[in-house]
Amino acid sequence: MSNVSFKTLDKIAGPLIFVKGVDNAAYGEMVEIKLPDGERLPGQVLDTSQGLAVVQVFGPTIGLNTTGTSTKFLGEAATLAVSDEMLGRVFDGLGNPRDNGPKIVSKEKLDLVGAGINPYSREEPSEFIQTGISNIDGMNTLVRGQKLPIMSASGLPHNQLAAQIARQAKVLGTEESFSVVFAAIGITSEESNYFIKQFEESGALERTALFLNLSSDPSMERILTPRLALTTAEFLAYERGMHVLVILTDMTNYCEALREIAAAREEVPGRRGYPGYLYTDLASIYERAGKIKGRQGSVTQIPILTMPADDITHPIPDLTGYITEGQIVMSRELHRANIQPPVDVLTSLSRLMNQGIGQGRTREDHRQLADQLYSAYAQGKDARALAAIVGEGALSDLDKKFLGVANNFEQKFVNQGLDENRSIEQTLSIGWDLLSGLSETELTRIKPEFIAKYAKKTSTGDTKKSE
Amino acid sequence: MTVLTDAIVTRISGPVVAAKGLEGARMFDIVRIGEMGLVGEIIRLEGNTAQIQVYEDTTGLKPGEKIVNTNRPLSMQLGPGLLTSIFDGIQRPLDVLREESGDFISRGKMIPALDQKKKWDFIPVKKKGEQVVPGEIIGEVQETPLIKHKIMIPHNLSGELVDISEGQFTVNDNVASVKNSKTIDIGLSSWWTVRTPRPVLRKLPPEEPLITGQRILDTFFPIAKGGTACIPGPFGSGKTVIQQQLAKWADSEIIVYIGCGERGNEMCDVLTSFPKLIDPKSKRPLMERTILVANTSNMPVAAREASIYTGITMGEYYRDMGYGVALMADSTSRWAEALREISGRLEEMPGEEGYPAYLGRRLAEFYERSGKSILISPEERQGSLSLIGAVSPPGGDFSEPVSQNTLRVTRVFWALDANLANRRHFPAINWLTSYSLYVDDLADWYKSKVSKDWIDLRKEALELLQKESELQEIVQLVGYDALPEPEKGVLDIARSIREDYLQQSAFDEVDTYTSIQKQYKMLQIILEFGRLEADAIKKGITAANASSLTSRGMIPKMKWTKEDQLEQLVNDIKSKMKQEFDNLSKEISN
Repeated sequence: MSNVSFKTLDKIAGPLIFVKGVDNAAYGEMVEIKLPDGERLPGQVLDTSQGLAVVQVFGPTIGLNTTGTSTKFLGEAATLAVSDEMLGRVFDGLGNPRDNGPKIVSKEKLDLVGAGINPYSREEPSEFIQTGISNIDGMNTLVRGQKLPIMSASGLPHNQLAAQIARQAKVLGTEESFSVVFAAIGITSEESNYFIKQFEESGALERTALFLNLSSDPSMERILTPRLALTTAEFLAYERGMHVLVILTDMTNYCEALREIAAAREEVPGRRGYPGYLYTDLASIYERAGKIKGRQGSVTQIPILTMPADDITHPIPDLTGYITEGQIVMSRELHRANIQPPVDVLTSLSRLMNQGIGQGRTREDHRQLADQLYSAYAQGKDARALAAIVGEGALSDLDKKFLGVANNFEQKFVNQGLDENRSIEQTLSIGWDLLSGLSETELTRIKPEFIAKYAKKTSTGDTKKSE
Repeated sequence: MTVLTDAIVTRISGPVVAAKGLEGARMFDIVRIGEMGLVGEIIRLEGNTAQIQVYEDTTGLKPGEKIVNTNRPLSMQLGPGLLTSIFDGIQRPLDVLREESGDFISRGKMIPALDQKKKWDFIPVKKKGEQVVPGEIIGEVQETPLIKHKIMIPHNLSGELVDISEGQFTVNDNVASVKNSKTIDIGLSSWWTVRTPRPVLRKLPPEEPLITGQRILDTFFPIAKGGTACIPGPFGSGKTVIQQQLAKWADSEIIVYIGCGERGNEMCDVLTSFPKLIDPKSKRPLMERTILVANTSNMPVAAREASIYTGITMGEYYRDMGYGVALMADSTSRWAEALREISGRLEEMPGEEGYPAYLGRRLAEFYERSGKSILISPEERQGSLSLIGAVSPPGGDFSEPVSQNTLRVTRVFWALDANLANRRHFPAINWLTSYSLYVDDLADWYKSKVSKDWIDLRKEALELLQKESELQEIVQLVGYDALPEPEKGVLDIARSIREDYLQQSAFDEVDTYTSIQKQYKMLQIILEFGRLEADAIKKGITAANASSLTSRGMIPKMKWTKEDQLEQLVNDIKSKMKQEFDNLSKEISN
């Protein structure tokens, strides 16, 4: 239905308006809502039947009334005009310029809710991204085309970590840097300014497109903001051949907005009041990462979410973890111990790590070294917990050794500060340093040939003893 | 039945559409909606109104658009060409879809599951004039170099074979005719409604294990051919890797792998890695025995619900030919969530955690389609269909409805443990909470095919692990040093079982698959060392002493050793440990 206006507003409930007398509004059609004072707001059809359309309003419903408001059905689904000019620009949560620059005019308009990529067309992500951060590169490797969220909690430096990744990320052997599409979803202006400053300082701003929906902006816009960012990213990647890094922060605010709509529609709630389709909805965002056969670019996604009450089983981190290819989890404990970045390696995971590492990509011993570090760190942490009860003296010799490895692991491997940019060789070398106190029988995860080739001898010569 | 053309859409709410005027429509009929021709399925009828779940995105659909009933429930063409294919949830081959609509999945495209033009060589095994009965095999097609596709007489037909011809045919050609009261043509392919189980004559008790090459599964928690297993686990605990390992290595003739709500990049990994994998026995690509169903998480929710049925129907079809089929569904939670989402849109009264009240029934019906069976056939042919379902419980909490309802109907429970996964103990299957109810059924097989003492070894190892967990609680209280030496010895050998046996790398060329014979030898050596160690400790040697022996350090090498070199290593370890323990006891007695 195109360009027909209705003044038959029946009901306003939260962010939803119910328009009567509409016979054939299309599902997902965009709507323009004209307030009595002349202000215009965008909206989208959420439910349509003969005689009634339920429209979600992207904006504050202050001043709306049932008599003076008119709604115009625009006859098309949500689209975004895309062009190369978008890099270096700042937009609001609905895609309008926020930087006093001109509106983006382009013949190329893309649907905001793009069709899914045919799995058959996908190319396997396998290019190692060196972030310069040991616990990501060494233990939970990021590859081009991956979606790897940072699961954090309030008060932890997830923004600093994301900025560090954006600043340092590169693919080995190539000089090309990432273009960045940044979507702020309901974050504070301070946080948003931090990112802008970081991009400015590293000179990345000219290859960055920013979509900002701040805490003070209408919450309903948050439904669109990540989709605008991803549509832009897909355009730059698949049409223009760029490698795009998309940072979405904070996905928790997105889910809250979704819950608000579900509540207004009086839907049957799922866990903690979030709608039953939260998984499907999140998937429609997160799945928009990857590479396509025969096309040059790639979309790599780093969504950030804050776990309410540090609870990783909360529906938002839980469902996210089931969709994304791993997760980087921040730890309050490490943060308190002043270890930066405070990434909890044990609960973090990269599912695409194996595709990105090994001979020809990083180094042949990478996988097994990482496994051994994981296992040693886990045993060391157990020993630490045990020592807290029975005292360090009562530990077995083996446990004492592992405790030492765990302490060094946190101090030397994880702790590197927010500015240090380590090469993968440095990272692996530090890893072998940590293991130097263990004997070969204790290195059960590593093949003897790699131990012979890479292990570092300690002064006692312990490592090579048992052959 | 005539198609009513005045049927129209009256309401659209996400994946659920209401329509009126579809008179004569039956439950689960497939309809085509609107100008785009979206595919949907009728899931509720009320008077003149039908509620339809739509398998494609409904954006842009308007009330008033036309709707057409195909008058057929969701059904699938079964015939040669299914193997090596990859389908989406509603049987569209994704490679063909890509050719027709590009890199992104477009809507309203119906593409036949089978290649309609390809000609297959049909070789009859029955002659004209012979009497045929239901399920009888009348001819064969070499579908892939690994698998002969059997053409069977439908379940409800018998009579005289009045015509049968050898030659090249497409899936839509007829290859034979059967005459009873009238003459019925038999094609190279047939149709089946996916929500209806294909019948069998009767089910048999399980007696043979599905060998997977995964040590913890084959040794401790085996699944029988025709059995059911459930793998619940939180995200990151390795469900998908285990499912893929099973798809790669299970000694089943046909594999159906359903990626239900999977990650696109992971499905792509399956697509790129499977064709490169070589079957250890036949040396042919594993893809030649595999069917993939890929419904990624961003594909429409209703198609996700259908994908499980699409997959199992294909599994049953190959079972009916007499093959052993193993089906992996990853993950059934996504399927259950699709049910919940649709149920919510229908405004049904929710059961536990918002899931519909019929969740348990649907799960039970699905798992009941498994089994080792005598098939409807003159020769009482046997076939088996094993089902392995992954469950993704929210927060890793197994008390949620999908896990609980699944556990009620499956007989093997492989409990994935986040703690193990966090320390990269893979496969992260907890050996204390997992169980297999098939162990007794399969004991005879293990005794006759592997070794008489297999069951005893298994028991001994499990007891050691159980003992270890008790001892660890004591260590938590009093510290390791306070343990008596024999207990320290138990901890040492249990550690060896965990690290040198249970841990298995899916990504190592050798370690990824361990034959049952190699498993036996490995376990035997580890337990033998444990016994010698226990004896030595009794004589006064310390556990620390025993665990630092050279032979103890050789045990971890077994898993990295190729099968043909294992014998050598095993003999070396045996003689070395005998020698070392002999020396130790001599030192003591001096």
